[in-house]
Amino acid sequence: MANLASEFVGIKSPNPFWLASAPPTDKEYNVRRAFEAGWGGVVWKTLGSEGPPVVNVNGPRYGAIWGADRRLIGLNNIELITDRPLQQNLREIKAVKRDYPDRAVVVSLMVPCEEEAWKAILPVVEETGADGIELNFGCPHGMAERGMGSAVGQVPEYIEMVTRWCKQNTRMPVIVKLTPNITNIVHPAEAAKRGGADAVSLINTINSITSVDLDAMSPEPMIDGKGTHGGYCGPAVKPIALNMVAEIARHAETVDLPISGIGGVTTWRDAAEFMALGAGNVQVCTAVMTYGFRIVEEMIAGLSSWMDEKGYASTAEIVGKAVPNVTDWQYLNLNYVTKAEIDQEACIKCGRCYAACEDTSHQAILMKEGRVFEVDDSECVACNLCVNVCPVEGCITMRPLAKGDVDERTGEPVGDYTNWTEHPNNPGAICAAE
Amino acid sequence: MQNSQRTPGVVPGRLDQAAYRSNFDDLHPPLDSHEASVAADRCYFCYDAPCTTACPTAIDIPLFIRQIQSGDADNAAATILSQNILGGMCARVCPTETLCEEACVRQTAEGSPVEIGQLQRYATDHLMERGLHPFERDTPTGRRVAVIGAGPAGLACAHRLAMHGHSVVIFDAREKAGGLNEFGIAAYKAANKFAEAEVEWLLKIGGIEIRYGERLGEGLLLEELQESYDAVFLGMGLAGVNALRTEGEEHAHVRDAVDFIAELRQAEDLSSLPVGRDVVVIGGGMTAVDAAIQSKLLGAENVTLVYRRGRERLSASTFEQELATAKGVKIVLNAQPVAFNSEDGKTVSSVTFAYTDDSSTGFRLSEETFTLKADQVFKAIGQSLKGVPGVLETKDGKIVVGGNGRSSVEGVWAGGDCASGGDDLTVTAVANGRDAAEDIHAVLTGVAG
Repeated sequence: MANLASEFVGIKSPNPFWLASAPPTDKEYNVRRAFEAGWGGVVWKTLGSEGPPVVNVNGPRYGAIWGADRRLIGLNNIELITDRPLQQNLREIKAVKRDYPDRAVVVSLMVPCEEEAWKAILPVVEETGADGIELNFGCPHGMAERGMGSAVGQVPEYIEMVTRWCKQNTRMPVIVKLTPNITNIVHPAEAAKRGGADAVSLINTINSITSVDLDAMSPEPMIDGKGTHGGYCGPAVKPIALNMVAEIARHAETVDLPISGIGGVTTWRDAAEFMALGAGNVQVCTAVMTYGFRIVEEMIAGLSSWMDEKGYASTAEIVGKAVPNVTDWQYLNLNYVTKAEIDQEACIKCGRCYAACEDTSHQAILMKEGRVFEVDDSECVACNLCVNVCPVEGCITMRPLAKGDVDERTGEPVGDYTNWTEHPNNPGAICAAE
Repeated sequence: MQNSQRTPGVVPGRLDQAAYRSNFDDLHPPLDSHEASVAADRCYFCYDAPCTTACPTAIDIPLFIRQIQSGDADNAAATILSQNILGGMCARVCPTETLCEEACVRQTAEGSPVEIGQLQRYATDHLMERGLHPFERDTPTGRRVAVIGAGPAGLACAHRLAMHGHSVVIFDAREKAGGLNEFGIAAYKAANKFAEAEVEWLLKIGGIEIRYGERLGEGLLLEELQESYDAVFLGMGLAGVNALRTEGEEHAHVRDAVDFIAELRQAEDLSSLPVGRDVVVIGGGMTAVDAAIQSKLLGAENVTLVYRRGRERLSASTFEQELATAKGVKIVLNAQPVAFNSEDGKTVSSVTFAYTDDSSTGFRLSEETFTLKADQVFKAIGQSLKGVPGVLETKDGKIVVGGNGRSSVEGVWAGGDCASGGDDLTVTAVANGRDAAEDIHAVLTGVAG
């Protein structure tokens, strides 16, 4: 059986499944339940400076979007950092770490952007025996208005500065949590690295309004007739997170920077995908907030079986395995020609492929007598829309043409690999040739 | 409760009140809004949807289901009702398993169609419960149309004509409107006086007057109607009942199933309705099944439905047959009654049947007979056209009509069960009435000749 033991920036945990800094990790009670359920580690919910704790709203903190049967697709929150006293959190962290020495306990921190504030909190956290810290430069709501959270994460210079302060003032590994509410994720990642970060974790939540109450004319979640943007997470954000993780993993300046993957991880498969794109481990939140801690059983069993099936002995072997295949558009093979193919046995004749292609694409699907749908290769550009809208998995597939086969659409035989950088229509390519 | 299921004879009150209530409650309880949302989510919004093609009234099913998905049940209902003004009743009584739901691609894919009938009911109930009527009457045209029969065909015709601004007078032989919806459909398919409520709702369009107790051929003459009105639509259904002509048919408690069903539908207190301990129903159509099931639900101990031919000839749908069996009705095939016996010479006590031989060489009775104990017998071997003016061409017991319901007589249209071409279904009757109304409108406004 595959070994799921994980070591991330020197922090050991029995599996790569950590709980992200969030409501599930706000208290000793919850964290003990998580460890009993089998979670490999937690990032304790963000601590602030000594003094009166922040306060939360007393109306709804969460908004959501759902599928028809109330399957939660995306969650949004306007909860702030921990609203419990610092000393109480520290006592609980210490007790938990003492009782679960094999689990990872990382503490998330967010204090004002002043060196003294960081210098004050680092030693007291270190004293708990915690394995590391995570700098919360990500929260997009509430705290950002006070110059913390994503307000720091959106300015690479601040990230670098604060990271450096932390590295100078603690022996603990420093993980910098990045906000996705920026234009290019590699800039804050580079800044974290320059500041000496041991790793980055991403993504934090995305600025969002989940819906609008059309009677009250207020965004949701609604607090006394008004709403504010909150942080969006859950399955809906996973594709955004995967891309950002991959961008950092393949970027020359950050290629060796360890990544803790966060964003919509719901099943073992999601975790494997994040890890394949370069994440050393994953952090989970919305999935446990939806289903409870027990889902880790599925994640452990699933990842382990898949690794056995594929012959991976340790999680380190899968980390970054797909990164070499993430490339820029300009390097994609323009001579890879495919055509949609409809399995008539599997087709249930709904006609969605036809409506999609006829109304919005290339008129490459023909509707014939008896609701028989066929692909017209001379029009098919292989866009894959028919595959995506077909309700029957595997009914429509993309058949690659072999080298030398004539593409009926262009009348040209399929040639060798070529890409945009070499294409005659590319002014840059012509220029280079001259 | 003075009687039980085992009390001999034809007696009322075999069950307690709770049993009557539960037995005659909705066959399929309505969907709540979450169930509707989940059911609606299964619709693929097919292109040129097969369900719509399969619907005799061509309701835009994917559109109304999408409207339910978006939380807009009232517009969903408007989509339904614009094609089928009795969409509420059709949602309850349509044999959807042989129409829209049979055509549903999810039936093909997984043997489990989108619950179109239930979703249609959800939408139409939603609108009707709010008392909304989504149609307005055009400026009155001053034209008057006579409609015979306030059943599905007549009502659909009248509503569409009224919408176009014509004035409609409906003549109905009974004292209440609705036709088979009110008198013929099994009670558990139209619970809570739905048929009555639907007629009341339909009449909100305005411009429709109903005159009761008026039967064509009995004081009401076609030629007089033709003189007084600009057009006449005949939708009087099949008022006659086919005779069995079997020895002993005159014994007490041998009666027509249609009368029993009508009586049951109108009963305010089902516990006052007498039913036999051993009931025999003769016939193989929907009426026979409805009579058999409802006898059982009223507390009969044994109910046997006997049909003279094989299962493949049963006109009751598979769903209906299975429902009957599930409710405890025994179905006997290939047997025909040869005598209704009576021990006291007055009331029926048993029925003797002969097995039949229905092969390629023809239909005949065999020598082999059997006798079923029976203190009540319902005959349901079909209804027939009655009171049709001789001037109208008829064929195979139906008024001959063309595509738009035009009869052989100019200015006279017909539709529903009394006319040729239908399937004896509520939904086809509605389609006939609606289409005839459009044609009448076209003729009256000079668009069509």
